[in-house]
Amino acid sequence: MDFTEEQVQRYSRHIILKEIGGKGQEKIARSKVLCIGAGGLGSPAALYLAAAGVGTLGIVDADAVDLSNLHRQIIHTTARLNTPKVESARETIAAMNPDVQVRTYPVRLTSANVMEILTDYDVVLDGSDNFPTRFLINDACFFTKKTLVSASIFRFDGQITTIKAHAGYPCYRCLYHEPPPAGLVPSCQEAGVLGVLAGTVGILQATEALKEILGIGRPLYDRLMIYDALEMTFREVKIHKDPDCPLCGKSPKITKLLDYEQSCTI
Amino acid sequence: MPVKVRIPTPLRSLTAGQSVVEVTGKDIGEVIEHLEKQYPGIKTRICDEENQIRRFVNIYVNEEDIRFKQGQATVLNEGDEVSIIPAIAGGADGEVRRWPA
Repeated sequence: MDFTEEQVQRYSRHIILKEIGGKGQEKIARSKVLCIGAGGLGSPAALYLAAAGVGTLGIVDADAVDLSNLHRQIIHTTARLNTPKVESARETIAAMNPDVQVRTYPVRLTSANVMEILTDYDVVLDGSDNFPTRFLINDACFFTKKTLVSASIFRFDGQITTIKAHAGYPCYRCLYHEPPPAGLVPSCQEAGVLGVLAGTVGILQATEALKEILGIGRPLYDRLMIYDALEMTFREVKIHKDPDCPLCGKSPKITKLLDYEQSCTI
Repeated sequence: MPVKVRIPTPLRSLTAGQSVVEVTGKDIGEVIEHLEKQYPGIKTRICDEENQIRRFVNIYVNEEDIRFKQGQATVLNEGDEVSIIPAIAGGADGEVRRWPA
């Protein structure tokens, strides 16, 4: 792959890092990353991945931009209220870095469409907002052997881990076997989230994705990083591969994708 | 023996906002019982009707998941820190599900 003079200049601060160099930047340019959700986590993650020169960015989101999104979803703008988030994200990315090819999927992920969407990508970022989707993505990434950077946020807390179960590391179900049962969840509510928390955690996801593409550093393959914005602490706990894991354990019970009932019925 | 227990955000309404509380207990099972005495209502958030820790909640002693130690019988030593860490799902819209009651 030959970089133009402009590209060499654009990525020069990457290229001079010995851990990246011209070869690493080429890897980034050839890489294909799928961001699930163009929301709190997906916004900063997609922006930084675009800035870094990721060749192809896929964006999955079925929603339109809402005013209450804008305190944290920095890929969208006030002028784009009510437009599909994937289109808004495409515009921002194109303005940031025209090198990036953006593919948009204005759909909700289900067992019927997830495999087909994942197939083309090297790394998947989960920035979804509900348990059924999280488990679906975990299972689909295991079946398609994709590395998954999974993160979530709640009020002032963030969690992030990188999942490479097909290479012998634990999966999300090793950490939590099942989503909370629908009957136990009384209602949905806007629980609130510190806007900037989404930025911190989304950018950590982008960092893990770039490390995976470049094959550098120590990924979060068997660690869960927990960020507490109020305490301003990062703590990590170990994730063990669970021999009883229903997906990647010794005698797996899950051999095909499941569609969980949405936890929220209201 | 007194140990420090880290309380996750969704349960802090039960601990008057405290992120770290101190309770006594020789093992995790006792710590949960003592947490319930000090902060009534917290146990049902952590354990199901059969007294098993819920599948979407993990408890760690320092960095280790008690499921890979001795579960609720995991013995605590001086200076150990216990963390309760639930699965959280928010990401795209911040519309997250309440911790099951």
